[in-house]
Formats: sequence, C-alpha cells, structure tokens
Amino acid sequence: MSEYNFDYLDELEAEAIHILREVAGQFEKPALLFSGGKDSITLVRLAEKAFRPGKFPFPLVHIDTGHNFEETIQYRDEMVSRIGEKLIIGSVQQSIDEGKVIEQTGKNASRNALQTVTLLDTILEHKFDACIGGARRDEEKARAKERIFSVRDEFGQWDPKRQRPELWNIYNGKIHKGENVRVFPISNWTELDVWNYIRRENIALPSIYFAHQRDCITRNGQLMAASPFLNMDDEDVVTNKKVRFRTVGDMSCTAAVESDADLIDDIIQEISESKISERGARLDDKVSEAAMEDRKKGGYF
Amino acid sequence: MNILKFFTAGSVDDGKSTLIGRLLYDTDSILADQLEALQNSNRKNDDGTIDLAILTDGLRAEREQGITIDVAYKYFQTAKRKFIIADTPGHIQYTRNMVTGASTANLAIILVDARNGVVEQTIRHSYLVSLLGIKHVVVAVNKMDMMDYSETVFNSIKDKYKALAQNLNLIDVNYIPVSALKGDNIVQNSERMDWYKGESLLHFLEQVDTDNLDKSQLARMPVQWVIRPQTDELHDYRGYAGRVLSGTFNLNDKITVLPSGASSTVEKIEFFDQTLDAAHAGQSVIIHLKDDVDISRGDTIVNASALPQETKLIEADLCWMDGRALDTSIMYLIQHNSKTTKCKISEILHKVDINTLEKHPADEFKLNDIGRVIVKTADALAFDLYDDNRANGSAILIDSRTNLTVGALMFRASVE
Ligand SMILES: Nc1nc2c(ncn2[C@@H]2O[C@H](COP(=O)(O)OP(=O)(O)OP(=O)(O)O)[C@@H](O)[C@H]2O)c(=O)[nH]1
Ligand SMILES: [Mg+2]
Repeated sequence: MSEYNFDYLDELEAEAIHILREVAGQFEKPALLFSGGKDSITLVRLAEKAFRPGKFPFPLVHIDTGHNFEETIQYRDEMVSRIGEKLIIGSVQQSIDEGKVIEQTGKNASRNALQTVTLLDTILEHKFDACIGGARRDEEKARAKERIFSVRDEFGQWDPKRQRPELWNIYNGKIHKGENVRVFPISNWTELDVWNYIRRENIALPSIYFAHQRDCITRNGQLMAASPFLNMDDEDVVTNKKVRFRTVGDMSCTAAVESDADLIDDIIQEISESKISERGARLDDKVSEAAMEDRKKGGYF
Repeated sequence: MNILKFFTAGSVDDGKSTLIGRLLYDTDSILADQLEALQNSNRKNDDGTIDLAILTDGLRAEREQGITIDVAYKYFQTAKRKFIIADTPGHIQYTRNMVTGASTANLAIILVDARNGVVEQTIRHSYLVSLLGIKHVVVAVNKMDMMDYSETVFNSIKDKYKALAQNLNLIDVNYIPVSALKGDNIVQNSERMDWYKGESLLHFLEQVDTDNLDKSQLARMPVQWVIRPQTDELHDYRGYAGRVLSGTFNLNDKITVLPSGASSTVEKIEFFDQTLDAAHAGQSVIIHLKDDVDISRGDTIVNASALPQETKLIEADLCWMDGRALDTSIMYLIQHNSKTTKCKISEILHKVDINTLEKHPADEFKLNDIGRVIVKTADALAFDLYDDNRANGSAILIDSRTNLTVGALMFRASVE
C-alpha cells in the first residue's frame, strides 16, 4: 500500500464532501444558505470539491437583511459570477414592506431576529426540503447539541428533546411533506480549522475580515461599525480605529475587534492566542443563556 | 497531527459532563467570555464554585434538571493531538443519544462512581461499547474525593470491572482513579493518590495509539452521486462520486459494481483539480471506469478480488431506539451507506438481559432493547461483517410511518 498523508483538515474536508453529496442524493430541492461569511464561503469551496466539473445540485440562497456590509455584497456578486451558480435572494426589507415582520425600534434595534421569517418564507416559496448551512458545533453550546441532519417541522422549529439518533456516517434525510432538514457539513470544524483551511486552499475573503481603518462606536462594551443601520444618538462617540471582523452577520449585530492583522497568518496567530470566543462578538447571543437555543426553536439557521 | 474521537459513558450523575468540563478547564480551553457566562450562571456547586458540567449541558432543560439529555460535541487540542469529544447522557431513557455519540468514536471513557461501583448502566454502556467494536476503553473511577482517595476502593472496582471486560471481550482497558470535581488525575497527576503510578487521563489520551482501527484492506466505495456535466466540452464525462469506506483503489485495479456484478477497471481518480494514483479509505473522490457500465446512487464499487457478502437475509445485532416497539409484521426501511431499501425483521433470535448479559428468546423488542435478529431485505445488500469492516457492516432502520431512525444494526453473518 502506498503511503499517503491524510491530516485532520483532509479528514474534515472529506467528511463535509460526503455530507454534501448525501444531500444531493437524498433530497429533491436542496439549497445552500450563503451569508457571505467565512463559513459559508468555505461551504462553497467544499461544494466545488464535491460536484465539479458538474454544476451544484442546488442554488445558493442569501437571506438579505438589507443591513449588510457593502464588502460582503460585492464579494457575493463577484463570487456568484465566478462560479456560475444560481443565487436566490430572500429579502428582509420585502418581508417588512409586506407587513410580515415589523422593524424593531430603539437603540439596539436589529434585523437579526426578523431574518427567520424571511428564511421560512423563502423555504416555502421555493419548496426547499434541505438547507445547507455553515454552523459549527464549537460556536455555541446549543449548536454543540445539534445533529448534522437536523429535522425542522413545518414551522422551522428545532426540537432539541426529540432529535433522531444519528449513527456512524449514515444520515437519515427522510421527512414528511412540509418539514425540512438543516444540514451542517462543517459541524465538526473549529474556528481555527476554518481559518487553516482558508489559508491552505488560498480562498479569497471579503476585505472586512482583515484589519482596516473604520469609524466605530462602542455599544454594550462592544465595538460596532458606525453605520446608518445603527440607531445612533448624541451619546455615541465615533472614533476611527484599526479593526477587523471575526464573524460577519448583519451590521447591527456584528462587533469588530481592534486588530493589526491584515494577513491570514496574522489572523490565525491572533485567533490561536485569543481569550475571547468568536461568538463573544455577537450581540445576538448575549441576550440570555439560552438565546441561541430559543432562536433555533423558532426556526433560525 | 491526527484527531482522537472519544466519548464519555456511564450511569447518570457519575460525573461525565463534569469530567469533560474539567478536561477543558485544566487545559485552558475555555475562553474568557465562556468562563464569564459560567460564573454568571445560577447553577453552581454546593460550595459556590463553578459547575463545570454546564459547559456541555447546553440546553435549557439540561441546566434546569442538572442532567444531560442529548450528546454534546466539544473540541480542543493540545500540542500533541486534536480531540473531538462527545459527552453522552447516562440516563437510560436517552440511551439512543449515547449510541449516537459512541458510533463515531474510537475510544470510550466509562465513568464509575467510586461510591456505587459497577451498576446496571455501566454494564449497558460497556456492552454497547463492545457491540460497536470500540477497541479502547478507559475506566475512570470518579468521585475518589468522596472515598478518601482510597486505593482499596479503586482496586475493588477495578477487579469487578475486569470480570465484566473479560465477559464482553473488551481488550484494551485502562483504569484511572479520578476526581472530576477536584481535578485529580485529569490533567495533572494527583498528589492525593500517590499510590497510583499510571498516567493522568489527558496524558493517556494524548498518546494512545488508535491507528490500528478501521484498517480493513477491503476496497469499497458506495456511489453517492453520478457527475455528468453534459456540456459541450465534457460531453462524455461520467464520474462516480463517493467516499472510500475502506481499503485502497489504485489506477488499473479490476473492480466489480454491485449489485449488478458488472466488472471494469479504474481508469482515472479525480479529486477536484487533481488526478490521483490511488484513493484511500476516508477520501471523498471521483472514480472513472474504463467501460460504460450502468451505475447509479446506491451501487457499490469494490475490488474484484475481494468481494463483499451479498444477500437478502442477514443476521445482525439490533439496538432498538424508538418508543414504539418493533413490529415484525410491518416493513421498515434499511439504510446501508448510500443505499436504502425495504426490509422486515423476520425473526428475533434472542434478546440480551443487561444485568446478567444472558441471552433469552423474546417476541417483543422495545426501547433500549438489544439483541440478535434476522433482517430480510427487498434488494440484496453488498456488505461486510461489522467486525471485519465497521464502515460497511452497519446500517440503520427507519420507520416509514414516522421517518424516525428506530434501530442500529451491526451485521454479524449472512444467512444461507
Ligand atoms: N464529589 C464529587 N462530585 C462530583 C465529581 N464529579 C461529578 N460530581 C458531581 O456529581 C453530579 C453529577 O455530575 P454530572 O457531571 O452532571 O454527571 P453526568 O455523568 O454528566 O450525568 P448525566 O449526564 O446526566 O448522566 C454533580 O453534582 C457533580 O458536581 C467528583 O469527582 N467528586
Ligand atoms: Mg452529563
């Protein structure tokens, strides 16, 4: 037998490709939820590895809060045209205009929670039976509990007390009409694994992941990008800082970290030494001990 | 660097979650904001110190009840190794979640409460470990702090477990006295148990060699997806995408496709932008064959000189995982790798009494029952025996009325 080198990144990659191909094989109308963040960018690369030279057996779906970082949207559009796959956009603004959700008010208003409604509507409209997402178990303690094939009921709800057994590498994607499955191919990756993979594969990222000068304000002890989407008032003092983002979501809930890391090697170094978790920079998780669990029960990603 | 996947098992409250929390805490794997959340939590130990179990007990119901309900996955790494941990529940009601965590692991840490010794759940979980073919076991005798760190207590539990291990054919079993709560022998060797000359748990996990696992040489690749771009330039392209379960496929190897029995030769192996000389166990690749054979999802490509078993009647061990009892009169679905077909459980050969490990005839099979059955499938499966090739010797049962996964099957023999 010839010797071959199969390290942990190869193993994680091969597992993720296997999962993506199971989705292709088991479902009629899957979709890949693409947020423009590093995890979903990683998923796109894994999908290329799973299906090229063929086409993806699913479209990309972006749930657009309308409060995006410009750089993310630009990246998204360039990437979609480069890979030549279909993009479907579900718009939170449209859900607001149609009266399906009501914009939050007040200083901490965010569209993060509203996304769930738009997501569920998009699933319904396109009759998606499986949605692939980039969530990882190391991100958060409720996510640490979720199956790789996670069944959601007609209302998108996750029931943590009634998860199916998931044995070996056999994934049961059988569902009733109206239900759908959320699939998490990079469940077993850590934040550092994702960064090491991005470095190894030479994957381009939106520029906001790298250190840059930006006008910021401080909210609830977190550094936020000053933007028209934050309800700012006289108390908010804008200062220009060198920052980068560790995780990318809506502008109103993603906090920046002060950093000089403008190369991927520096970022990996910084994360290895960091004493704060990635989700520590997400206001949406700070609400309560069970914030993520509750959102998932409500149909969130 | 390689990955060690392990899980914790044992009876309810034996300290599994606390042990994982301690391992993470003492290896500095808990970040400041997570630590802050622990300190702010209202679940604390009696002496006011932080309760390390809530690091893995991530669900609201778990924190409220102080027990683990479903498996939690945790990740950490030291200079020597990466670890994926599954913290599984001890409560009998949630045995299926324990099996979920165990099925992908290659090492089991079985906790025993030093006050109670080996109890029914210890036996059940040890039995499952042996059925699942997990070769490496660490018996962590926990709560030594409550038994004055007594060597005698440790030795008597060790002797008791040794008898069980022999009975269950567990070969590589290691014993470590610990206190998950106080941190004895978890990362650092304990000064309070200087009579113990072995390694700390972490040190053991860092160096245990699990490379001998899953090293079946039988070349098998279930086809998950056929890639046919059908574009002008790739008009005749036809690649079979799958993950090599076991063994190695080399260029020019003679292969057989099952169930059709068609034979061909490996013409090309692709991995994204690379072409490879060989595809090894674990790799997700695309294989091209010399001949135009009819292959679709659910078929298996195997080395022509080492064929798997192929039958519609299989003897298997079954763990039942559903609240609804097994019904031998109805059809279930069986999912074996990428193939799903109808099946019936045509006969229950025996059920195992967990307390005595004796086999009894039975005509019903309920939640958490374990025993031997005969499965009759609509289409023949191309499988290996579980002990020869774990990856190609296992399957799940699905109840098509509920779509739930109701059973885990480990193939033991084909029935002539
Ligand atoms: N004194 C002492 N108490 C311990 C030790 N380890 C755990 N405990 C306590 O035992 C109780 C149960 O601990 P857990 O870690 O939740 O037990 P578990 O095995 O995870 O329980 P389940 O997951 O529900 O099966 C808690 O109150 C712990 O603080 C130990 O080494 N010494
Ligand atoms: Mg527990």
